[in-house]
Amino acid sequence: MATQTEDKLLNIALQLGLLEEEYHRIVEILGRKPNFTELSCYAAMWSEHCSYKNSIVWLKKLPKDSPRMLAKAGEENAGLVDIGGGWAVSFKIESHNHPSAIEPYQGAATGVGGINRDVFSMGARPIAQLNSLRFGDISTPKTQRLLRGVVKGIGDYGNAFGIPTVGGEIFFDKCYQTNPLVNAFSAGVVRTDRVAKAIAKGKGNPVYIFGSATGRDGIHGASFASKEITKDSEKDLPAVQVGDPFMEKLLLEATLEAIATGHVIGVQDMGAAGVICSTAEMSARGESGMDIHLDKVPTRQEGMQPFEILISESQERMLMVVKKGKEKEIEKIFDKWDVAYAKIGEVTDSKELRFFMKGDVVAKMPAESLVLGGGAPVYYREYKEPAYFQEYKKFHISQVKEPRNLKKVARFLLQQPNIASKRWVYEQYDSMVGTANQSTNAPSDAAVVAVKETDKSIVITVDCNSRYVHADPEQGTAIAVAEAARNIVCSGGEPIAITNCLNFGNPYNPEVYWQFVHAILGMKKACERFETPVTGGNVSFYNQSEEGPVFPTPTIGMLGLLENRAWQMTLDFKKAGDLIYLIGSPKNCISSSEYLYAYHGVEASPAPFFHLDEEWEVQQVIKQLIRAGLLRSAHDVSDGGLFVTLAESAMPRGLGFRIRTDKRFRRDAYLFGESQSRVVVSVKPTHQKKFEKFMEGKGVEYRLIGEVIKEHFIVDKDKWMEVHEAQELYEGALPRYMEQG
Amino acid sequence: MKFGVVVFPGSNCDEDMIYTLRHVMGQKVVKLWHKDTDLQGVDFVVLPGGFSYGDYLRAGAIARFSPIMQEVIRHAKRGGYVMGICNGFQILTESGLLEGALLRNLNQRYICKNVYIKPATQNTILTAGLSQKKAYKIPIAHGEGRFYAPKDMLKSIRDNDQILFQYCDAQGKVSEEANPNGSLLNIAGICNKERNVFGMMPHPERAADELLKNTDGRAFFESILEHVAV
Repeated sequence: MATQTEDKLLNIALQLGLLEEEYHRIVEILGRKPNFTELSCYAAMWSEHCSYKNSIVWLKKLPKDSPRMLAKAGEENAGLVDIGGGWAVSFKIESHNHPSAIEPYQGAATGVGGINRDVFSMGARPIAQLNSLRFGDISTPKTQRLLRGVVKGIGDYGNAFGIPTVGGEIFFDKCYQTNPLVNAFSAGVVRTDRVAKAIAKGKGNPVYIFGSATGRDGIHGASFASKEITKDSEKDLPAVQVGDPFMEKLLLEATLEAIATGHVIGVQDMGAAGVICSTAEMSARGESGMDIHLDKVPTRQEGMQPFEILISESQERMLMVVKKGKEKEIEKIFDKWDVAYAKIGEVTDSKELRFFMKGDVVAKMPAESLVLGGGAPVYYREYKEPAYFQEYKKFHISQVKEPRNLKKVARFLLQQPNIASKRWVYEQYDSMVGTANQSTNAPSDAAVVAVKETDKSIVITVDCNSRYVHADPEQGTAIAVAEAARNIVCSGGEPIAITNCLNFGNPYNPEVYWQFVHAILGMKKACERFETPVTGGNVSFYNQSEEGPVFPTPTIGMLGLLENRAWQMTLDFKKAGDLIYLIGSPKNCISSSEYLYAYHGVEASPAPFFHLDEEWEVQQVIKQLIRAGLLRSAHDVSDGGLFVTLAESAMPRGLGFRIRTDKRFRRDAYLFGESQSRVVVSVKPTHQKKFEKFMEGKGVEYRLIGEVIKEHFIVDKDKWMEVHEAQELYEGALPRYMEQG
Repeated sequence: MKFGVVVFPGSNCDEDMIYTLRHVMGQKVVKLWHKDTDLQGVDFVVLPGGFSYGDYLRAGAIARFSPIMQEVIRHAKRGGYVMGICNGFQILTESGLLEGALLRNLNQRYICKNVYIKPATQNTILTAGLSQKKAYKIPIAHGEGRFYAPKDMLKSIRDNDQILFQYCDAQGKVSEEANPNGSLLNIAGICNKERNVFGMMPHPERAADELLKNTDGRAFFESILEHVAV
């Protein structure tokens, strides 16, 4: 009889996504067999999504320290970086891939909600958001539907919440056809003496839940995120949550007002794994326990089971521990904002979580046993270099014949969905609320947002060219970090820290895990060089479908600081007659370029040329040139190569350019290649001598390649197009797909 | 001059308006909480942008029933100044202080971008100080901004010189291409017959701070301050 029950329990554990060894571990921790409620708690908390069990050993290798770091990765809801003057920036990026694949509107909306709660539960008021999106083939109705839904979801949520979306990236490739990626980034500011902690301590202190009522939506969301997308995934629809941005706005105001009283011990939002996650993590951090009465949790449906209340992922909920005796003051704030709340229990000194239903204990677990860094399992996975890696390296530029008509290539590239204007998308986001977005009327490679309480601004960007990462995970990820830093430097900022969103396939596949390991190594190397520690982020495995894994996509969200607002730099050419210089060394390289991949259809090539030291040198020179006041514009060379960079600098003011190519390189490589560490700058003719003198002896190659002119794009004396034609191609591409029929 | 900015739950341009009035224009400003019934002696009430009460029924439809709005309506009926921006404009039409309605944008999408508007009348404190020839670059950010009124109402709005602003191109030409949301007659803002209640979809408070490199919106506030008779 006993063995039968044992088998039955084990079966349930397996159905909940636990491994057999994990089941036995639970029995060992508890010293008895778990009940169903407890099993559900462990299954949610030990899911990949919450426990990082297959990634943590590698994540620990990333640099975490800098003198600016106030909260290190994993310690709090989000990273916290000192920007001086008594202010800090809290920022983080998170994925909402699986929900968005099934229900793009709510999936993306709740992703935005979740990341903002992480930021304001630190006591920080969000001031800017970014997003990084990846979809399949835009010519298919499926991708168009997903894109439409995701963009509307992000817009409707963020616009109503009232925090501007100031930038982002979108990339299309067939590998994302079934499994799109939706990564949302938020940054907020907080006075360093007003930072809230995600901690529970002090015996007898009351525990409050506030915000929306708890419903059956999002049950097993964390487990859902921890498996592959299949034909049956639509059956997981109940695992997708529904967002309410109005409630989020009220939560934001109520939370910040409560924190400002000084009576809040700790606060954490209810994200993946809901009540069990917040109670466990806050208790574990404070080496405390909690007694929680689940029947006091406001619910949407009657008769919700204890396990449902514990792991529901209903949105817009917060857990707060308040100083005993200060309940009235905090409740007054909740009432002011019409936010529903309930006192559901209190902190104990037992280190144990006890959950009650009508007075009876329904679950009892050591808090620490549930969490990452505590009892959650940690796995060393095996990895193996995939066969394609060496194959890709065999590519040589000589295998591709240079097309005769490069003008045609230029026109082709300007209307590639990966290169063309994303206006159709970003005009659906409120990018200006808060009146702090300095990039609206002054475009730059990264978004510049004023921290109004100070005389500084933050400079933020999200970057990852996953095609490079796929070709070479280590190089490709280093490039993602370098490009983010370059974007910040070209905008006048100083890179100071990163957050990452690691989107990969199934970690049990050794080749996928090899990509993950090498991505981490590349990130480590680059972050050390740029002195940008990793403040946290999120790992999203299982991004794969029957067609295979997505490109490894370690999205980098980088925070930079504009210490002096006079250093803000823009990317647009200002005036005909200005000189155009290329800073950095061109290469005979077309590897992994949009040109090679889309125009020639060659998928197998290595990552483009990149050398970390060369990159670093170029960035130092750009920084110095900006501060010396010698530049009129700066724009880094990235997707689409030099030609696209020049076009993007020319189009905002309807200007043109006349340039000469460089005989040392194949013309197609020079114009369309994506070798890294290059920046196009424009310089006033009166500054030419000063500029060239400044560049002498810097050890960084530079070359006068042409000048800004009116309306024409002229390459080697050949008129390629007029600026209005370029604008039509560049602006027209996305609407052509999205507004057809 | 004392301004009062109403804060509804879901307002999200309230702080921007306060910042502009206080720090850019140097005016006295108080917040008016939606549950209050005291206007604190303000001369000029501003209903800011945002999503009051979540805009769940229809933009502005719930806000009109809030306690503070009953006072704002009395203030307006007494001849006091009221200006609604974006969601504030929607609340004014919902509460009957302004005519017409703001429907979903013609392209069915939310739109946030810089547009150009030009004054269509000089005969209000909001427009008296503006150049009648200049196209002002002011951002819009709304999903429901398409001004609509039945034929007779539209005629009366026009005949009574109630059109404050029209969408135009950078050169000041009022054209279909320059109309971002499908508003009738390119209407971006109107006033009431008594000329003390103003509504507009574009956000002048988003174009007032030099930091943002567009200060076209300042002229709107300067016009009010110059021409108001308190």
